[in-house]
Amino acid sequence: MNIQQYSYCFFGVVKREFLRFLQQRTRLLSALIRPLLWLLVFAAGFRAALGVSIMEPYGTYITYQQYITPGLCCMIVLFNGMQSSLSMVYDREMGSMKLLLMSPFPRPFLLMCKLIATAILSLIQVYIFLLVAQIVDVETPLLGYLAAVPAIFLIAFFLGALGLLLSNLIKQLENFAGVMNFVIFPMFFLSSALYPLWKMKEASLWLYWLCDYNPFSYCVELLRFALYQQLNLEAFIVVSVSTIFVSILAMFSFAPKRESQRG
Amino acid sequence: MSILVRNLSYNYGHKPVLKDLNFSLKAGFNVLLGPNGAGKSTLFSLLTGLFESSQGKIRICDFDLIEQKRATLPLMSVVFQQSTLDLDLTVKQNLLYHASLQGLSSEAALTNVEGILVNLQLIERLNDRVRQLNGGHRRRLEIARSLMHKPKVILLDEPTVGLDTDSRLLIIEHVRELAHELGICILWATHLMDEVSGEDELILLDRGQIRAQGSCNDLCNLHNTNGLFQLYHKLTQNPELM
Repeated sequence: MNIQQYSYCFFGVVKREFLRFLQQRTRLLSALIRPLLWLLVFAAGFRAALGVSIMEPYGTYITYQQYITPGLCCMIVLFNGMQSSLSMVYDREMGSMKLLLMSPFPRPFLLMCKLIATAILSLIQVYIFLLVAQIVDVETPLLGYLAAVPAIFLIAFFLGALGLLLSNLIKQLENFAGVMNFVIFPMFFLSSALYPLWKMKEASLWLYWLCDYNPFSYCVELLRFALYQQLNLEAFIVVSVSTIFVSILAMFSFAPKRESQRG
Repeated sequence: MSILVRNLSYNYGHKPVLKDLNFSLKAGFNVLLGPNGAGKSTLFSLLTGLFESSQGKIRICDFDLIEQKRATLPLMSVVFQQSTLDLDLTVKQNLLYHASLQGLSSEAALTNVEGILVNLQLIERLNDRVRQLNGGHRRRLEIARSLMHKPKVILLDEPTVGLDTDSRLLIIEHVRELAHELGICILWATHLMDEVSGEDELILLDRGQIRAQGSCNDLCNLHNTNGLFQLYHKLTQNPELM
């Protein structure tokens, strides 16, 4: 296989993911409605109750809407990663996964193509959300939009790889509801997406520790800083290491079935 | 030799599913006949590299399937028992997706498959969604797709399941012609005896073991039986009717 053949494969997989995304017309809508409800309803209601004092990377007092925007962007990426996982489970149940696994290209490459396609779709949805968020005066520095691209890509890779790993652990489509309860909600609520961790520390120390060990908190902080053209090194390292770790596990989970592994 | 299998066994847990299989297949139309549960689909999963066994060897066109997998996979194609088409994509989009997974450009893929699509009466349906096709057309599309990268070996796992008699006969005749025209090795797995003709090379698989291999007519003569039905029951003593 030469580079040109690899490029055919890459664009073929990405194109299929895009076509499937376009086929599911409500997917974009629901991907946007969810965070917008949080932003327009939840955040507006809590704005008066929750003040956010000056904190990094913001140089001044900010509104609650401003605070939760990076968390909601990560929520979009998280849901998209899980949607990709759902699509893999569907592919496996429908049989089309076999087609992918029978390709002569290395499986890590094929899975990387899928991850990149998922990341691009996440990126598009996040930017549409950020555009709509401007309506409620969530302003981001213009260069911040650009600086956020690599951060969103890295986060999308991490959450996409997590989705791939989960897709191999979920044996039936019906079990996918469990992902909502045991992965998406805990990851999102036990993070700095909705409230700063120091506030959480005041409320409960053990909750604070849970949030602090949640890699999703670092995704949120990585993006929060990137939107202000700053690098949160700790968050970058945690998200990068988590991405590598989860990706390796995901790759191994797609190895051919050996004896004694019925499924 | 197109397919060579030596001492192949496979277990699900402690339950043996395939026991010490040995066979070899040349170019042409070959039938793997066995009742449901005989181990046909497991054998196909092993022949396609989706499963790996620690016991035995599989060689496809003289390449070791496990050790030279990336050289072997482009030489083969599979039509699985369960459809692997994306129902929400069009016929053309499905073909091009498969082509990309084989490292083919869109142009090369469509050129390779154009004649086959004409023969299978699918050329006018390129822009239809697969969901709009009936079962027979979907199977034909999968067969056309399997030929797109010009494989040397095609494995078809019960490709006529759920089709009416006319569609079944049309597909099987077309595949027989392809085997002769293109000089490729076709392994057609089925549990339906009416899909086997006297000249076909036959592997009789029963409860994970090969009971006989050879031309269907020769096997009937050798075992002094009057047709495939008798041959099957004589060799397998399996009460399950097919």
